[in-house]
Amino acid sequence: MYTQALNQKDVAPATASAEDPERLARFEARVAAEDKIEPNDWMPEAYRRTLTRQISQHAHSEIVGMLPEGNWITRAPSLRRKAALLAKVQDEGGHGLYLYAAAETLGTSREALVEQLLSGRAKYSSIFNYPTLTWADIGAIGWLVDGAAIMNQIPLCRTSYGPYARAMVRVCKEESFHQRQGYEIMLTLARGTAEQKAMAQDALDRWWWPALMMFGPPDGESAHTDQSMRWKIKRFTNDALRQQFVDATVPQGHFLQLTFPDPELRFDEASGHWQYGAIDWEEFRQVLAGNGPCNRERLEARRKAHAEGAWVREAALAHAAKRRARRAAERQAAE
Amino acid sequence: MTSIAVAASPLVEALLARADDALVHAHRLSEWCGHAPMLEEDLALANVALDLLGQARSLYQYAAEVEGAGHGEDDLAYRRDAPQFRNALIFELPRGDFAETIARLFFSSAVMLPWWQAAMTSPDARIAAIAAKAEKEITYHLRHAGEWMIRLGDGTDESHARMAAAVAKLWPYTGELFAAEHETIAALLPDAAALRPAFEATVARVFAEAGLERPRAGWMQKGGRRGVHTEHLGHMLAVMQHLQRAYPGAVW
Ligand SMILES: [Fe+2]
Ligand SMILES: [Fe+2]
Repeated sequence: MYTQALNQKDVAPATASAEDPERLARFEARVAAEDKIEPNDWMPEAYRRTLTRQISQHAHSEIVGMLPEGNWITRAPSLRRKAALLAKVQDEGGHGLYLYAAAETLGTSREALVEQLLSGRAKYSSIFNYPTLTWADIGAIGWLVDGAAIMNQIPLCRTSYGPYARAMVRVCKEESFHQRQGYEIMLTLARGTAEQKAMAQDALDRWWWPALMMFGPPDGESAHTDQSMRWKIKRFTNDALRQQFVDATVPQGHFLQLTFPDPELRFDEASGHWQYGAIDWEEFRQVLAGNGPCNRERLEARRKAHAEGAWVREAALAHAAKRRARRAAERQAAE
Repeated sequence: MTSIAVAASPLVEALLARADDALVHAHRLSEWCGHAPMLEEDLALANVALDLLGQARSLYQYAAEVEGAGHGEDDLAYRRDAPQFRNALIFELPRGDFAETIARLFFSSAVMLPWWQAAMTSPDARIAAIAAKAEKEITYHLRHAGEWMIRLGDGTDESHARMAAAVAKLWPYTGELFAAEHETIAALLPDAAALRPAFEATVARVFAEAGLERPRAGWMQKGGRRGVHTEHLGHMLAVMQHLQRAYPGAVW
């Protein structure tokens, strides 16, 4: 999911340790009763911090996620595909916008959150640090990456924080459209020329493992799972969601007549699940630590856009201030 | 893959000119996606690019039908080389900074809004139908670009200087937008020269509020409508057409 980096320890400021036990009990009872928590409701500081981190990481992932797919907009191979890709990347930007707005309801401004991304302090999904090398990568991303995002985000539609849950309802509708569109690109390639089929297989070979890593570290290593589950910020564990994704996706890949890059992949009759081989968690850690193939390019692209746009944002603010001043002067003159 | 030869009648040429304008402009706008000065502009410029891409597709489809040679929209977009493109030069210039992008969108929308409004009453029902949709879209584009012309012209010293430079750079490319249509199809399409007063009025209104000066009449660049382009179009098409050219006959 886009919020996989939850294995960071929640470091509580010393002053926030003592929550009023009565309020805390009332809060936990409301969460247990599936009541939605709204921005003006009392909430424990750790809940606010965890959610701010999770929602902003999700927002950053949507924004950084525009880059690998944006890489193919000018090269899309037909006008229909170009329009669909441009609309998809635009949707991801829209997801970022609603998510920043949801995070802002917890009391941190979008400017502050963006600053955390640009300074490298905030995380975003590891998946967007991989390169898009051929057109088939656009199909593979829609099928696998949007597919994995849906697995994570559908339960988030029922998450305990109201603004996040509502943002997710809207986002999920669009993600499932992206997933179908990506699969349709894969299907077209898989049924196309030998070169196109090879392109599709190569994309699956490169994206499969990173897609499985999107669900985050295995349950034993995920520092936040317990409390996040109790507060209904999270509803399924990383491993449970990963398994659900594998079970849904493997038959789709077989329908494409493509081969998964996992010699240990097999259907286990007893459990009814597809069993997969060992995930290279060292690669995952390295990508999160900044050593993925495109970490540097992705952050540089965001920083460049931000820096080159500074004069535009300043001009918009200056114009708005001048306009207010002119209106005030006009009102005064009229009195 | 080899280029196609288009059996160009005056109507096909005229439709291709507007379709190429829209496609080439959409391409330049789409280069901002993920790189705009603020997230709201990533979305807004992508929206405008999508509208223009939609207009290009409708126009290519109709041009292909009129041509009657069995070509489709993708043949026209991906299998003509630069000298066969008929877009006005202004659209192929590199995206430049945000001021250039906005000035280009403003000038082109200020011409195309009255153009599509006039096209809505074309005796050609297909053109009238495309115009009815395009007119609504361009109304929004003109409002969006006009608001930014004012913000940037009025905002800070830097934004004013950048916008003034963008206007000075692009103004000589606006003349080509008023080129007359071939006489045999004059009844089907708006008379571009007659749109000048509407364009000038929009420029005067927005420039006054933006504190910008309209450049003096001077030399106008042209050539795109006869296929004589700047050096930039070839590079754009090399990128845009890469897959169609590299994998002949593949379906995507
Ligand atoms: Fe998204
Ligand atoms: Fe998506």
